[in-house]
Amino acid sequence: MSQPPVIALDGVCASYRGKAVHRDLSLRVEAGQIVGLLGGSGSGKTTLLREILGLLRPDSGSVRLFGVDLNDPDIETQRNLRRRLGMLFQHGALFSALSVFDNIAFPLRELRCLDADWIRRLVHLKLAMVGLEPDHGKLMPAELSGGMVKRVALARALALEPELLLLDEPTAGLDPDRSQNFVELVGDLQRELGLTVVMVTHDLNTLAGLATHVAVLADQHIIAFGPKAEVMTVDHPFVTGFFGADRRKLL
Amino acid sequence: MSDSPSLQVEPGRVVLSGCWTLAEMLPQLPVLQARLATCPAGVEHWDLAAVTRLDSAAAVLLWRSWGGAWPSALVISDLHRQALLRVAGLPQELHEPARPRVPFPEMIGALVLKAGGNLRGMVALFGQLLLDLAYLARHPQDVPWKECTANVYKAGAQALAVTAMVGFLIGVTISYLSALQLKSFGADLFIVNILGISIIRELGPVLVAVLVAGRSGSAMTAQIGVMRVTEEIDVLSTMGISRSIRVVLPKIIGLTVAMPLLVLWTSAVALFGGMLAALLQLDLSLIYFLDNLPRAVPVANLIIGLSKGVVFGFVIAIVACHFGLHVKPNTESLSANTTSAVVTAITTVILFDAIFAVFTRQIGVPQL
Repeated sequence: MSQPPVIALDGVCASYRGKAVHRDLSLRVEAGQIVGLLGGSGSGKTTLLREILGLLRPDSGSVRLFGVDLNDPDIETQRNLRRRLGMLFQHGALFSALSVFDNIAFPLRELRCLDADWIRRLVHLKLAMVGLEPDHGKLMPAELSGGMVKRVALARALALEPELLLLDEPTAGLDPDRSQNFVELVGDLQRELGLTVVMVTHDLNTLAGLATHVAVLADQHIIAFGPKAEVMTVDHPFVTGFFGADRRKLL
Repeated sequence: MSDSPSLQVEPGRVVLSGCWTLAEMLPQLPVLQARLATCPAGVEHWDLAAVTRLDSAAAVLLWRSWGGAWPSALVISDLHRQALLRVAGLPQELHEPARPRVPFPEMIGALVLKAGGNLRGMVALFGQLLLDLAYLARHPQDVPWKECTANVYKAGAQALAVTAMVGFLIGVTISYLSALQLKSFGADLFIVNILGISIIRELGPVLVAVLVAGRSGSAMTAQIGVMRVTEEIDVLSTMGISRSIRVVLPKIIGLTVAMPLLVLWTSAVALFGGMLAALLQLDLSLIYFLDNLPRAVPVANLIIGLSKGVVFGFVIAIVACHFGLHVKPNTESLSANTTSAVVTAITTVILFDAIFAVFTRQIGVPQL
């Protein structure tokens, strides 16, 4: 029995205000891979994540997650699909009217199956996972520092135990120590739960520590996808620029 | 190997297998919970070797069914033990902060204090406005003309259509209802007095004030509020630009200028509507109506109506700006403050209208 790929994009074209962002883009991510998505500013990395999430419908082409088409009309199928993925937005996107605790508890409460004690334990567990104190649960998002917002957002993304985790610039704005913790945390989770992770990042340390595969987005499509070491050798101006001689030593 | 989580109770031990994750557990959660609960308390041998995946939700579930302690014999892979260790590391007693119940008198007191705080804030804003005006009088080149005119256009010119429509309908309604009454007394001609006094002196200003409070007042609060949420207000400060001169003052001046003009316009359209209805109901010619209007309605009424417009415009703008500046950076506060701004503005307008009615009771009433 062969499992369908976790993410399968086929011939995706998307445009923004008449300007093509993606042209015939294809990407296939198998279960258990940690994919680092690289690309210059404005190359459509976030757009790609939004397409994977179904927030943005491509002009043509198909997006399939876990073998299910995102255009599937069945509401039940769609809802179950969304429960299998977690997304960390670039700026956190915490619910500003809810406290940290309620932010993380929100998706759990929406399941309407778990009791209060269970939710409380899970929320405290997630808080501990991302290195926050239980007392931080009482704070409102406006009272958090930038790094804490990121960590709370990650805790919320992990709340439903997703199989697919999408991270948009997860370590930007974290100090090196925290971003190292973050890398270890996601690595641990990946080993324990067989998570599939797609992350947009510019941080070489995160990329080196975490990613098993690298996808490079340039010229409106994926120019290279494969294991880290392979991609580094691709001859493309962006790739050679990104993995410049001295940077290559880092990896 | 089956994917769905399953649990088998054998004599002396419990065997778990399958995929113990939240997504897989959900469909059969009540069953699993019930079966875990019925596990004999004495069972100290748990076999989790056949579990393919164990996430933290399942770990919490197991930990709870173990009563918060490790069973004496546990067969589990190291990876899954990690998940359980994390749960075990949590403090046993987790208290959710209880929301304190506020007694009723205290609630009333808090509301009164809040109202007092708002009043104080508005007075402070008014004072700031006077200081700004004094500053601008000395530095005329700093007057934000562009913003002021933009606000006159937004709050005034763009509101012409909606105020005209509402005014016209109200004029028709009042004229129509009064005509029915007046006809039975044979006092048809007094329709000019009724319409003239009520619309010019009272209804025109109040109607426009309510519309503008809903339309421009809420927009002002929301705009300043969002600028606070996105820290744009702070950007202005860091650039050395006074937020009160650049953001608040133009709104207040704009609305104070636009309101009397809107009142004039709406009153005119409402009178026109009343005239049309009178023509249809009472056969009162438009010429007669217009000829008799100055006699029936002393010009003082128009002045009262327009000055009400000035005051109402000022009040609406200052209330809207006050609440906008007090938005806390979250969506809940934004909606609460926008609501408060509109409600407070309309209430304050009615309050000022009552004050006007008391102090101008001897002015502009036609002597018969």
